[in-house]
Parts: sequence; structure tokens; C-alpha cells
Amino acid sequence: MAYGIKLHIWGDYACFTRPEMKVERVSYDVITPSAARGILDAIHWKPAIRWVIDKIHVLRPVRFESIRRNEVGSKISANKIKTAMRNQSTQDLYLVADDSKERQQRASTVLRNVAYIIEAHFELTDLASEEDNKGKHLDIFNRRARKGQCFQQPCMGVREFPAYFSLIEPEESLPESELTPEQLNRDLGWMLHDIDFANEMMPRFFKAELKSGVITVPDFYSDEVKA
Amino acid sequence: MTIINNRYEFVLLFDVKNGNPNGDPDAGNMPRLDPETNQGLVTDVCLKRKIRNFVELTQADKPGYAIYMQEKAVLNNLNKKAYEAQDLKPVAKKLPLDADKAKALTQFMCNHFFDIRTFGAVMTTEINTGTVRGPIQMAFARSIDPVFPQEISITRMTVTNEKDAEKERTMGRKHIIPYGLYRAHGFVSAALAEKTGFTEQDLQILWDSLAQIFEHDHSAARGEMATQKLIVFKHADKLGNAPSHKLFDLIKIDRVNPDDIPPRSFSDYVVNINRADLPQAVEIIEII
Repeated sequence: MAYGIKLHIWGDYACFTRPEMKVERVSYDVITPSAARGILDAIHWKPAIRWVIDKIHVLRPVRFESIRRNEVGSKISANKIKTAMRNQSTQDLYLVADDSKERQQRASTVLRNVAYIIEAHFELTDLASEEDNKGKHLDIFNRRARKGQCFQQPCMGVREFPAYFSLIEPEESLPESELTPEQLNRDLGWMLHDIDFANEMMPRFFKAELKSGVITVPDFYSDEVKA
Repeated sequence: MTIINNRYEFVLLFDVKNGNPNGDPDAGNMPRLDPETNQGLVTDVCLKRKIRNFVELTQADKPGYAIYMQEKAVLNNLNKKAYEAQDLKPVAKKLPLDADKAKALTQFMCNHFFDIRTFGAVMTTEINTGTVRGPIQMAFARSIDPVFPQEISITRMTVTNEKDAEKERTMGRKHIIPYGLYRAHGFVSAALAEKTGFTEQDLQILWDSLAQIFEHDHSAARGEMATQKLIVFKHADKLGNAPSHKLFDLIKIDRVNPDDIPPRSFSDYVVNINRADLPQAVEIIEII
């Protein structure tokens, strides 16, 4: 792929929450294409381009850890904000975090000590103008990734787990995988590919399979990806 | 005030003496531990809670510094909020498109609440006003060395119920860490600051709050906690000039005498900042 990039990412913790277990979060075994796209978006993204994840290399063994935290159960309601704006007062606009009705103790089963290589390319979208060409965006991404620049620090699924990154240059060899031979091949089951934002936020899933330590991600709109 | 125009990273070193910095609800409120290494953990949300409390305490009378995510204790002084009326008039009068309306709501929240402007908030209920991502991102704090929580039994000279009166006293338990030095990493994105309106003044308040975060959070459970060091990396560029992990690696914390008895104070550690390898266009600011 002419316009492909390879990015090495790693972190102490990660939580790529399974949608079926998101009250008490349980992470997928590996990063989802959606989370990988988010990491690339955090480094460089414009409405003119769309990142497509091609491959995910898993570099470290899958390990879990459980963390329980005090969280809040509700979100800010728009009507409450409207009332405050109308009354010109923020007096009644607050959430009491340690109210027993608000407070929820939730456990998260998160990944420990992760590292991946994301192989990806981007496509131009309908919003691309005359000035947008692939070379330009590729250069911007590479320059930023090489220098450690980013729009915001990318994260491993949730923002409390920062993702560190470094660009793998085309001629550079890939970081070595720490997987044991029996960990290299594994059926990971159905996994979230991404959310179809053009189609009422419809989640789409694919059958993830680890082959020699690499997951090949099918095209988002291909038949292998089911909504 | 001007919106910040530089990316920052920060390293916060804080320690605890004979206290419990962050209890684990899964382990009967024992201090949080990494089960593999026995290093102590303090969650990001624990530190954010303290920043909110500090801002609530020090900026209570200033417009624009209200705290959305409050603790019960502060409900009493809710009548403080001063208000800038001129902010609202254009919004209340016109009937913009839905996207604009949502934007106005989000803007209102960012303008008035320090914690929303700083850490972000989710405002997606029946009307989707979107999610605010704040410029400040913090990771879990982790102790430099393994920590060893101790369980201390304590007695109380009274009883709660009359039927227990003959028992004379009850026993309780406290979990403490004799000593632990914790290291937390944080990130400040100038690009997101622009979206929420996070200003230089807000940043100053953030540094102040990190420097004094434990001074106003004393309690029976916490023991003696204190910020020992706050080291800030300031990038010349908005997007940054160096990878954050490389900057964090410049700061090494070592034991003064590695073979000595377990650490019991900050003077058992030495903080080395490798200034020689500091990338150009990144400045180190030692706030503490």
C-alpha cells in the first residue's frame, strides 16, 4: 500500500470495552480497529481524510487486571442547562458525586502492559477539496508522529490510560513480538470493527483472528463485517 | 484571558506517610495495589476529585469557576455564584438551529464550570449536547517502590447501640502505608483547550492546585500526604515538540541508598532530571 503508515503504540494499561459488558467494563483481548483509528485521529485528522486500519500486530501477551472505582450514574441533562441559562444562575446546576443515588462502584477488567503495531492508510472523503492530496496529509501525519506531536495525547480506549507512540519508518524493522508460539494464533471471536456514523451510529462487527500475531482487519463495508 | 497556546506534560510526585492515599472498594478499602508488582496505585479520578475540591475552596466567589461534580460537603455554600448576565442575552433571545443550540449549551457549561472546561463532561441525554473533551488528561499514579499496606486495629471507647453497652468498646480497622512515593503523569492539550476555552489563568490554577492538592485534604484516613515535586514540560509548539514518553523518561527517581532499609521519607529518594537530553524547544519548569 503506497500510502500506508505503521505506528508502534504501547501503554501500561488499556480498556477497549466490550459493548456487551460496559456497565462493569470488560476489555476486549486486543485493541479494536475503532480504538486504533482514534489513536491515529489524535495525531492527525481532517474532515478530508478517513483512516482505514489494515492490520493490527499484537506484541505482548494478553493479561488482565481488575480495578474498581467510584463513578457517577447520570449525565448532565440539557434541560437542566437550559433552565440555568434562562434563570441566569448556575445555583442549581451541579451533581453530587458522593450521593448514594448517584454513586456507583464499578469494576473494570482492563488489559495490562500492551503494545501493538497499527498498519493503516487513509482515504480522501467527499469533503476533500482541490488542495487536499494524499501526499500532503501523509507528510503531516509522518512529521507529527516522528516528532511526537499530537492534537491530544492518544489513549488506550479510555483517557486515563495514555498511549505512547512512535512512527515506524518504511525501512525500519518491526519491534519484536513477545508472544509465545502458542499465543501467536488465536480466534478472538466477534469484535467491534467501528461505529457506522453515517448510518445512525450502527456498530459493525467482524471475526477477529490472530494469525502469527497479526489481525487482518477486513474492509468496513465488506461482507465479513456485520452490523 | 488568553487561551493556552502550548502543549504541556507534567510529572507530579507526591508521598504518603502512615496513611491510605486511595482505598480500593474491591479490597475492603485497602490501599490500591498493582497485584503483579505490589506498587501502590492512585486513580486519575481520585486526583481529579482533589483538584475540584481545591478549586471549589479557593475560587468559590469567582464567576466561571463553579464546580459541576460536587461533593456533599460543599452544598451549603451554593448561594455564592455570581453571574455575568451579558453572557446570556444573545443566547436566550435568538432561536438558532439545533446544532447552534447544542453548541450554546456546551459553551455555557464550559464558560461557567472549571471542571468541565478542564476535564470535560458528557452531556448526552435526551437532547444530545455532545461530549466535551477537556484539555487535561491524567493517568494513574504509581508508587516508585512496592508498598506494604499494614492493617492497624483501633479501639473505640464507646458503642453505637444501647444493647451493646456492656461490651464497653468496639474495634475498628485502619489500613495504612508506612511510606510511599507516587508518580503521576499528566497531559495538557492546547488543541483541546481552544475548544473548551481553557486559559492561561486556568492553567495557573491547575498548577497551584497540584502543588497544594493535599494541603486541604487532610483526614484521618490519609495520614500525611504532600506534593514533593511538580515538574512541567512546556513545548514551544501548540502540538508539541517531542514525544511525551521521551520527556517522562528524562525524570528518574532513585533511592539514595538502594541497599538500605525500606524507604520511609522523601529524603530516601533522589530526583534526577536529565537536562542534557532535553529536546530543543521544550522547557522544563520546576514548579515545586
